[in-house]
Amino acid sequence: MIAKLALAIFGGLALLCGLPLVVETYTLFNLTVFAAMAIFALSLGLVWGFSGILSLGQSVFFGLGAYAYAIAAINFSDSTPALVAALAAPTTLALLIGYFAFFGRVTDVYFGVISLTTSLILYSLVNSTSDQSFVIGKAPLGGYNGIPSVPPINWPFMPEWTLGFEDMYYLTGVLLLIVYVGLRLLLVSPFGRICIGVRESETRAELLGYDVRKYKLGMFCIGAAIAGLAGALFAAWGSFVGPDSFSVSFAAQAIIWVMFGGLGTLIGPIIGCVALQAITTWLGQVKIIDPNIVLGLIFIAAVLLLPQGIVPALQGLYRRFMPRRQGSGAA
Amino acid sequence: MILETRQLWCRFGGVAAVAGVDFQLEEGEVRCLIGANGAGKSTFFKMLTGQLRPTSGAISVMGRDVTRLAPFEIARLGVGVKMQVPALFDGITVRESLALGALRTLERRRVGDAVQAMLKQIQLEAEADVQVGLLSHGQRQWVELGMVLMADPKLVLLDEPAAGMTRGEVEKTIALIGRLRGRHTVVVVEHDMHFVGRIAEKVTVFHRGMVLAEGSMDTILRDSRVREVYLGRKAGGVRG
Amino acid sequence: MELFLITAIHVLYAVASLFLMTAGLAVIFGMMGVINFAHGEFLMVGGFAFVLAVQAGINTWVAMFLVAPLVCVILGLVVERLIIRHLYGRTVDTILATWGLSLLLIGIASVTLGYDQRGVGQPFGSIAIGAYREGVYTFFVIGMAAVVVALLYGLLRWTSFGLVARGTMENAAMAWALGADVKRIYALTFALGAALSGLAGAIFAPIAGVMPVSGTIYIAKAFITVISGGPLPLSGAVLASGLLGTVSELTTIVSTPVVGHVALLAAAILLLRILPSGITGRFFRGGV
Repeated sequence: MIAKLALAIFGGLALLCGLPLVVETYTLFNLTVFAAMAIFALSLGLVWGFSGILSLGQSVFFGLGAYAYAIAAINFSDSTPALVAALAAPTTLALLIGYFAFFGRVTDVYFGVISLTTSLILYSLVNSTSDQSFVIGKAPLGGYNGIPSVPPINWPFMPEWTLGFEDMYYLTGVLLLIVYVGLRLLLVSPFGRICIGVRESETRAELLGYDVRKYKLGMFCIGAAIAGLAGALFAAWGSFVGPDSFSVSFAAQAIIWVMFGGLGTLIGPIIGCVALQAITTWLGQVKIIDPNIVLGLIFIAAVLLLPQGIVPALQGLYRRFMPRRQGSGAA
Repeated sequence: MILETRQLWCRFGGVAAVAGVDFQLEEGEVRCLIGANGAGKSTFFKMLTGQLRPTSGAISVMGRDVTRLAPFEIARLGVGVKMQVPALFDGITVRESLALGALRTLERRRVGDAVQAMLKQIQLEAEADVQVGLLSHGQRQWVELGMVLMADPKLVLLDEPAAGMTRGEVEKTIALIGRLRGRHTVVVVEHDMHFVGRIAEKVTVFHRGMVLAEGSMDTILRDSRVREVYLGRKAGGVRG
Repeated sequence: MELFLITAIHVLYAVASLFLMTAGLAVIFGMMGVINFAHGEFLMVGGFAFVLAVQAGINTWVAMFLVAPLVCVILGLVVERLIIRHLYGRTVDTILATWGLSLLLIGIASVTLGYDQRGVGQPFGSIAIGAYREGVYTFFVIGMAAVVVALLYGLLRWTSFGLVARGTMENAAMAWALGADVKRIYALTFALGAALSGLAGAIFAPIAGVMPVSGTIYIAKAFITVISGGPLPLSGAVLASGLLGTVSELTTIVSTPVVGHVALLAAAILLLRILPSGITGRFFRGGV
């Protein structure tokens, strides 16, 4: 277990440091946002794949994180409290929604609907704040135009020392690695193992004496905080936030990334996200064929041919050639 | 007294599935609840586990009133439950499932040994690292039993533990329950009369939501009310 | 007095629109347990079929009641055969596959028909109600919703297809054991849902125009309405549309459409909190 983690860390760092030597700055620019999205994908992969919470509207936390960062950064002229806000705001919302849903013992599908509906509500509300009067401190909400000129991330408490493109690349990459390793450790902790049990059978977990509501709420909040972090990174990267971050189509994209990569794994969401983002970006540039057509065909084919997602399919192939003992929940 | 119910009722619409049951269980007993389908045993059982709210009446476990408690709260008092419909962690291994049963009550470093010991008890050492979902039906029942016992519950509630098992598997289950005698108090809901005869010290017969008769297996079989309900008056009168 | 009448008409219209938007999805979800995330695109395809047919010279009513539903039926049968059939019981996979289908349809529509909006004018003019003018098309939509409700009820309650389909809905294994051709039932049910969506798309086309991405505005509302309605396809859709449409429209009237939209969503959340299985999970059991 330690060995695998060490391998992941070294591999990740090697990749992170090696890539700038072989690819152009423009690609690094794209990879940075892919990494931020991958963090977002991880949040959904955690909450859905390891806790069984169908968060169809996970984009709510991403968007909230992005907006919280933007508004706080503009008001405080320092990204440090802004990053804290980006973690705090989604977590607070998750506490509210989670309490309402889990302690009300809402069932799975209906939680999905509530989640979806919340993202729709926030999208509608934020979208309609175009009027000048919608301001929080110095930051106008901007409605469907969004908030432009979002300040970049700076070194903690030193607002003059901001991070440039390459710095953002390294920061986002390192954060992705930290989140990944952190989640792996979380999932082998008692808390994580119990959450996996809850995913498998809530009834059985309850009968073993675990307060299922609290475990789900805990995981849901952790997922929200991670999504918020991703949102903040996205806002800082592009210097812009808009209501599309709350949108259903964005939430659905995350679901696709996780399913395609492999539900119930951690590396799957990362791979699924980066691969599909890369394909979409490339298609957008090359313009030979509408990206929707290709994506649509990929999804349909993937579901029909690789129902578990690519990572489990690859794991299955690996196991076929190298049979060994099966492990427990996380991968 | 480890378990007691007073005037326990459970009504669904106009139907009373459990109609005023007074039930007492002493520590260390192995009690079987029997009765025809629809007699109210399972409904009664679900109220004991906290999965169903009684319409009226009271339940107390180890002296505490548990009538309105959630299943996890009742479990924490030291009650282990195995439902009729298997509730298992299908996607993880046997070893991990047993570990989850112990994580709440044991220190982390003691869990490993405890799991190993349980694997031996339920005779699944060879299958320790197999996914639970891949096991046979009988093996899954034992995994569930194992999980329940990991927390060393004082009161063990089993709903049809022998359901769907082969003769050999039933024998093993009888032996397992036999080993529980003394350290745990056991309540078993069962249909298989052979099974009941082998394990029960005392039997409670349910009928139409009420307790019809209670006593040792012999007493029950001789009870005229029981014979009337199960065999009909004429048929019951012939055999001894 | 006229204000009350106009308000009532607008509420009925909102309810009717919501119902029409939802009916196809309700049939497919209620009777097959399939969540068709490409539902919005079926509406879009119906809308385009209608607009293109009218522009090609076909009579408006033929285009609306025949061409649009027929095109969607064909599409539905193809989709069911190639995709849905392989995924019965796999809810999450169905969501993914139909989302992929939705992207595919949007892509194909964008490429073949262009990215901008097509439309036809609204047939009928307007009539006066006191000091207000109301488009006759409004009443047409309300009327059409009523007709669809009646037809669906008749189909489900009184035809042999309806009987077998309802039996299959209750217990597919049992229906199969009793000799029902479950595969065919599912194919026909999916086609029925597709036809309803096509019809709805055609009905909305004169109001809102059609674009390749038109479907995306329908799917969320329809999905939420279906879940709020509960397991019964027709009653659920009617009751949920009634409740949510009324809340939404009344809120819109006193404030803005955005708030009305939010009110609909909030109402759905509250409803599901009180009735986790939807309206017909608790009431009207045993109906359609």
